[in-house]
Amino acid sequence: MPYRHVGLLAAVVAITALAGVPAAAQDAGRKGIPAPPGHVFKTIISGYEFRTKETRAVQDDDLENPGFLAVERAADVWKKVEGSEGKSCMSCHGEAEKSMKGVGAAMPKWDDKLKKPVNLEQRINMCRSEHMKAEPWAFKSQALTDMTTFVRYQSHGMPVAVKTDGPMSPWFERGKQIYYTRYGQLDLACASCHERNNGKFMRADFLSQGQTNGFPTYRLRDQRLVPLHERFEGCMFDVRAEPFKPLSDEFLALELYVGWRGIGLPVETPSVRN
Amino acid sequence: MADKPRIKLPKEATKGEIIQIKTLVSHVMESGQRKDAQGKPIPRKIINKFSCEFNGKPVFACALEPAISANPYIQFTARVDEDGTFKFAWTDDDGTVITAEEKIAIKA
Repeated sequence: MPYRHVGLLAAVVAITALAGVPAAAQDAGRKGIPAPPGHVFKTIISGYEFRTKETRAVQDDDLENPGFLAVERAADVWKKVEGSEGKSCMSCHGEAEKSMKGVGAAMPKWDDKLKKPVNLEQRINMCRSEHMKAEPWAFKSQALTDMTTFVRYQSHGMPVAVKTDGPMSPWFERGKQIYYTRYGQLDLACASCHERNNGKFMRADFLSQGQTNGFPTYRLRDQRLVPLHERFEGCMFDVRAEPFKPLSDEFLALELYVGWRGIGLPVETPSVRN
Repeated sequence: MADKPRIKLPKEATKGEIIQIKTLVSHVMESGQRKDAQGKPIPRKIINKFSCEFNGKPVFACALEPAISANPYIQFTARVDEDGTFKFAWTDDDGTVITAEEKIAIKA
């Protein structure tokens, strides 16, 4: 059926032609914050701005946003005693609303004992195994993602404030190196999409700046909350690379570096994305 | 499953007012169309019916189908003529029913 092929080709040409043009026009409507001097972007824009108004509406309504189911679940777990020490999160930290305020916005943080940066998931599990003497939760488990979301939610609206100096600087450089390295059969780096082509329309979707301020994020595609390192894995899988392991040093360095790329953006956890 | 459903409606309304009710319930809504890693079909498990009644009288009900995504969100309106209680029920395929209720008062 040659006619159909011609039609398809014409459609592809039309889409390609369109894709290049409206990017600038779309940019105009996207609100961001001015980046600090020496930053890669002029304007730092949250992934929220790249989503449809319907998806944004789901995030904006605290009742409709399904991410809050996780926040409520974890609020109960926060008070629950587990492990042989007879402690709950609350035994040491008290009310999460006070003690966890701003904690999630500053992760990953340097750990003096381990001599490496630690992210929120790792910190929660360290608390469980060291202080509560309870089983650490598996990565991607609902329990760990719920608690991560709950703790990060306590920083809702606060600016992302990762520290990248001092002992963190070699990790920052490592993250930067990963960000600009092309991986996989498609030979793409993070920067190929999220730095050079953000705002453009690709695969029926707008490429965002790849900001992390909304993680863990409720993905409509997965119908559940997705932690950051799972998203990193997904990106690497999509470019047909062999992903690094979640919570590996590579992803931790990348988390730190990408956090810096979104420095100052308000924490949106639990955000809603497609 | 043990999660409490999330419900939002005003605590008070004027007599005859039409109020908006929002509900969100945590549920996997497994369609029965998917297969697990071994290739075996994952059995269907969805909420197949939602109903809401006010002081024993039905206000709103609907049937849910397998294509509805996880954590179904249902929003509807109701007219309030008297003080009372809204009762909500989500019926699972396995017969369990998640219930919740919310009180509303008429403004003096």
